[in-house]
Amino acid sequence: MQLLYFGWVRARIGKVQETVNLPTHIKDVSALIKWLKKRGGGYHEAFQNLNLIRVAINQEITTLDARVDPDDEVALFPPMTGG
Amino acid sequence: MIRVQEEDFDVGIELSKMTDEHFGIGAQSCFIGLVRDMANQEHISAMTLEHYPGMTEKQLRKIEKEANQRWPLNDVLIIHRFGKLQPGDRIVLVATTSAHRRAAIESCHFLIDWLKTKAPFWKVESSLSGDSWVEAQDNDEREAKKWETENT
Repeated sequence: MQLLYFGWVRARIGKVQETVNLPTHIKDVSALIKWLKKRGGGYHEAFQNLNLIRVAINQEITTLDARVDPDDEVALFPPMTGG
Repeated sequence: MIRVQEEDFDVGIELSKMTDEHFGIGAQSCFIGLVRDMANQEHISAMTLEHYPGMTEKQLRKIEKEANQRWPLNDVLIIHRFGKLQPGDRIVLVATTSAHRRAAIESCHFLIDWLKTKAPFWKVESSLSGDSWVEAQDNDEREAKKWETENT
Protein backbone atom coordinates (compact mmCIF):
# COMPACT_ATOMS: atom_id res chain seq x y z
CA MET A 1 0.00 0.00 0.00
CA GLN A 2 1.17 3.48 -0.89
CA LEU A 3 0.89 5.95 2.00
CA LEU A 4 1.11 9.72 1.57
CA TYR A 5 1.35 12.33 4.33
CA PHE A 6 0.67 16.06 4.14
CA GLY A 7 0.76 19.12 6.41
CA TRP A 8 1.80 18.58 10.02
CA VAL A 9 1.16 14.83 9.67
CA ARG A 10 4.03 14.78 7.16
CA ALA A 11 6.17 17.06 9.35
CA ARG A 12 5.69 14.93 12.46
CA ILE A 13 6.27 11.61 10.69
CA GLY A 14 9.17 13.07 8.74
CA LYS A 15 8.22 11.38 5.47
CA VAL A 16 6.29 12.45 2.39
CA GLN A 17 5.39 8.90 1.42
CA GLU A 18 6.18 5.25 2.00
CA THR A 19 5.13 1.82 0.82
CA VAL A 20 3.92 -0.61 3.47
CA ASN A 21 2.96 -4.29 3.48
CA LEU A 22 -0.33 -4.33 5.27
CA PRO A 23 -1.05 -7.12 7.80
CA THR A 24 -4.14 -9.00 6.59
CA HIS A 25 -6.22 -8.08 9.67
CA ILE A 26 -6.21 -4.39 8.72
CA LYS A 27 -9.45 -3.68 6.86
CA ASP A 28 -10.16 0.01 7.40
CA VAL A 29 -8.46 3.38 7.83
CA SER A 30 -8.89 3.41 11.63
CA ALA A 31 -7.09 0.08 11.95
CA LEU A 32 -4.36 1.31 9.61
CA ILE A 33 -3.81 4.42 11.76
CA LYS A 34 -3.76 2.35 14.95
CA TRP A 35 -1.14 0.07 13.36
CA LEU A 36 1.00 3.05 12.26
CA LYS A 37 0.66 4.71 15.66
CA LYS A 38 2.23 1.64 17.31
CA ARG A 39 5.49 2.50 15.54
CA GLY A 40 5.79 5.28 18.13
CA GLY A 41 7.81 8.48 17.75
CA GLY A 42 6.51 10.82 15.07
CA TYR A 43 3.74 8.40 14.10
CA HIS A 44 2.40 8.41 17.66
CA GLU A 45 2.59 12.18 17.76
CA ALA A 46 0.91 12.62 14.35
CA PHE A 47 -2.08 10.43 15.17
CA GLN A 48 -2.71 11.55 18.76
CA ASN A 49 -5.98 13.34 17.98
CA LEU A 50 -8.02 11.47 15.38
CA ASN A 51 -10.55 14.32 15.25
CA LEU A 52 -7.91 16.27 13.35
CA ILE A 53 -7.06 13.52 10.85
CA ARG A 54 -8.59 13.51 7.36
CA VAL A 55 -8.15 10.76 4.80
CA ALA A 56 -8.31 10.31 1.03
CA ILE A 57 -8.29 6.90 -0.64
CA ASN A 58 -7.15 6.97 -4.26
CA GLN A 59 -7.47 10.77 -4.14
CA GLU A 60 -11.12 10.75 -2.97
CA ILE A 61 -12.00 12.19 0.44
CA THR A 62 -13.54 9.58 2.70
CA THR A 63 -14.01 8.73 6.37
CA LEU A 64 -11.89 6.84 8.92
CA ASP A 65 -14.22 3.84 8.77
CA ALA A 66 -13.66 3.40 5.02
CA ARG A 67 -12.31 0.07 3.77
CA VAL A 68 -8.68 -0.11 2.60
CA ASP A 69 -7.18 -2.53 0.08
CA PRO A 70 -3.49 -3.40 -0.39
CA ASP A 71 -3.26 -1.64 -3.76
CA ASP A 72 -4.84 1.63 -2.55
CA GLU A 73 -3.13 5.01 -2.35
CA VAL A 74 -4.02 6.29 1.12
CA ALA A 75 -3.29 9.89 2.11
CA LEU A 76 -3.47 11.06 5.73
CA PHE A 77 -3.48 14.77 6.56
CA PRO A 78 -4.86 17.54 8.81
CA PRO A 79 -8.00 19.53 7.86
CA MET A 80 -7.40 21.30 4.55
CA THR A 81 -6.75 25.04 4.42
CA GLY A 82 -7.20 26.06 0.81
CA GLY A 83 -8.12 29.44 -0.61
CA MET B 1 -10.82 26.24 -16.04
CA ILE B 2 -8.53 25.05 -13.28
CA ARG B 3 -4.86 25.91 -12.79
CA VAL B 4 -2.54 24.90 -9.96
CA GLN B 5 0.79 26.66 -10.29
CA GLU B 6 3.80 28.07 -8.50
CA GLU B 7 4.04 31.27 -10.53
CA ASP B 8 2.01 34.46 -10.11
CA PHE B 9 -0.83 35.41 -12.46
CA ASP B 10 -1.97 38.70 -14.00
CA VAL B 11 -5.51 39.40 -12.79
CA GLY B 12 -6.31 41.83 -15.62
CA ILE B 13 -5.22 39.45 -18.35
CA GLU B 14 -7.00 36.48 -16.78
CA LEU B 15 -10.28 38.38 -16.37
CA SER B 16 -10.16 39.79 -19.91
CA LYS B 17 -9.51 36.37 -21.42
CA MET B 18 -12.74 35.10 -19.88
CA THR B 19 -14.92 37.76 -21.45
CA ASP B 20 -13.22 38.61 -24.77
CA GLU B 21 -15.57 37.89 -27.69
CA HIS B 22 -18.24 36.50 -25.34
CA PHE B 23 -20.98 39.07 -25.81
CA GLY B 24 -23.63 37.18 -23.89
CA ILE B 25 -21.78 37.76 -20.62
CA GLY B 26 -23.33 40.56 -18.59
CA ALA B 27 -21.55 39.95 -15.29
CA GLN B 28 -18.16 38.89 -14.04
CA SER B 29 -17.30 38.37 -10.41
CA CYS B 30 -13.91 37.67 -8.88
CA PHE B 31 -12.18 36.97 -5.59
CA ILE B 32 -8.46 37.29 -4.97
CA GLY B 33 -6.84 35.84 -1.85
CA LEU B 34 -3.58 37.44 -0.63
CA VAL B 35 -0.89 36.63 1.93
CA ARG B 36 -1.26 38.88 5.01
CA ASP B 37 1.75 40.19 6.95
CA MET B 38 0.22 39.51 10.38
CA ALA B 39 -1.15 36.39 12.06
CA ASN B 40 -1.84 35.91 15.78
CA GLN B 41 -0.17 39.28 16.50
CA GLU B 42 3.03 38.13 14.81
CA HIS B 43 4.77 39.53 11.78
CA ILE B 44 4.73 36.99 8.96
CA SER B 45 7.75 36.85 6.66
CA ALA B 46 6.51 34.07 4.35
CA MET B 47 3.72 31.60 3.75
CA THR B 48 4.46 28.23 2.19
CA LEU B 49 1.66 26.26 0.58
CA GLU B 50 1.86 22.51 0.18
CA HIS B 51 -0.70 20.52 -1.83
CA TYR B 52 -1.60 17.03 -2.99
CA PRO B 53 -0.72 16.94 -6.71
CA GLY B 54 -3.34 15.03 -8.66
CA MET B 55 -5.98 15.20 -5.99
CA THR B 56 -5.87 19.01 -5.94
CA GLU B 57 -6.77 19.18 -9.63
CA LYS B 58 -9.51 16.56 -9.13
CA GLN B 59 -11.07 18.43 -6.21
CA LEU B 60 -10.94 21.78 -8.01
CA ARG B 61 -12.60 20.26 -11.08
CA LYS B 62 -15.33 18.80 -8.85
CA ILE B 63 -15.94 22.19 -7.21
CA GLU B 64 -16.03 23.84 -10.64
CA LYS B 65 -18.56 21.28 -11.87
CA GLU B 66 -20.73 21.82 -8.79
CA ALA B 67 -20.83 25.60 -9.44
CA ASN B 68 -21.79 24.99 -13.08
CA GLN B 69 -24.64 22.73 -11.98
CA ARG B 70 -26.00 25.23 -9.48
CA TRP B 71 -25.80 28.46 -11.50
CA PRO B 72 -26.14 29.35 -15.19
CA LEU B 73 -22.51 30.27 -15.79
CA ASN B 74 -20.54 30.97 -18.95
CA ASP B 75 -17.23 30.16 -17.34
CA VAL B 76 -15.40 29.44 -14.09
CA LEU B 77 -11.71 30.13 -13.48
CA ILE B 78 -9.79 28.94 -10.42
CA ILE B 79 -6.05 29.62 -10.20
CA HIS B 80 -4.44 28.38 -6.99
CA ARG B 81 -0.75 28.85 -6.23
CA PHE B 82 1.58 26.70 -4.13
CA GLY B 83 5.16 27.07 -2.90
CA LYS B 84 6.73 29.90 -0.92
CA LEU B 85 4.90 33.25 -1.01
CA GLN B 86 5.58 36.64 0.58
CA PRO B 87 3.12 39.04 2.25
CA GLY B 88 1.15 40.83 -0.45
CA ASP B 89 1.49 37.94 -2.90
CA ARG B 90 -1.63 36.59 -4.56
CA ILE B 91 -2.59 33.05 -3.46
CA VAL B 92 -5.79 32.38 -5.34
CA LEU B 93 -8.03 33.80 -8.03
CA VAL B 94 -11.64 32.73 -8.43
CA ALA B 95 -13.66 34.27 -11.25
CA THR B 96 -17.06 33.53 -12.73
CA THR B 97 -19.01 34.90 -15.66
CA SER B 98 -22.73 34.83 -16.33
CA ALA B 99 -25.48 36.71 -18.13
CA HIS B 100 -26.56 38.30 -14.84
CA ARG B 101 -24.90 39.49 -11.63
CA ARG B 102 -26.62 37.22 -9.11
CA ALA B 103 -25.28 33.96 -10.56
CA ALA B 104 -21.78 35.43 -10.99
CA ILE B 105 -21.56 36.84 -7.43
CA GLU B 106 -23.14 33.89 -5.64
CA SER B 107 -21.14 31.24 -7.47
CA CYS B 108 -17.89 33.12 -6.79
CA HIS B 109 -18.75 33.26 -3.08
CA PHE B 110 -19.63 29.56 -3.11
CA LEU B 111 -16.37 28.60 -4.84
CA ILE B 112 -14.10 30.37 -2.38
CA ASP B 113 -16.03 29.00 0.61
CA TRP B 114 -15.67 25.46 -0.74
CA LEU B 115 -11.99 25.92 -1.59
CA LYS B 116 -11.29 26.75 2.06
CA THR B 117 -12.35 23.32 3.29
CA LYS B 118 -12.27 21.01 0.25
CA ALA B 119 -9.09 21.88 -1.65
CA PRO B 120 -6.11 19.83 -0.39
CA PHE B 121 -3.73 22.66 0.53
CA TRP B 122 -1.88 23.18 3.78
CA LYS B 123 -0.20 26.43 4.81
CA VAL B 124 2.81 27.18 6.98
CA GLU B 125 3.38 30.73 8.23
CA SER B 126 6.96 31.74 8.98
CA SER B 127 7.67 34.37 11.63
CA LEU B 128 10.53 35.29 13.98
CA SER B 129 9.33 32.70 16.47
CA GLY B 130 9.48 29.93 13.85
CA ASP B 131 7.10 28.14 11.51
CA SER B 132 3.51 27.31 12.39
CA TRP B 133 0.80 25.46 10.48
CA VAL B 134 -2.31 27.46 9.68
CA GLU B 135 -5.19 25.77 11.45
CA ALA B 136 -8.53 25.16 9.80
CA GLN B 137 -11.10 27.63 11.15
CA ASP B 138 -14.45 26.45 12.49
CA ASN B 139 -16.17 29.34 10.76
CA ASP B 140 -14.66 28.25 7.40
CA GLU B 141 -16.33 24.89 7.92
CA ARG B 142 -19.61 26.63 8.81
CA GLU B 143 -19.45 28.92 5.77
CA ALA B 144 -18.86 25.93 3.49
CA LYS B 145 -21.67 23.90 5.13
CA LYS B 146 -24.11 26.76 4.58
CA TRP B 147 -24.00 26.01 0.85
CA GLU B 148 -24.97 22.40 1.44
CA THR B 149 -28.35 23.34 2.88
CA GLU B 150 -29.15 26.53 0.98
CA ASN B 151 -31.29 26.33 -2.13
CA THR B 152 -30.11 28.54 -4.92
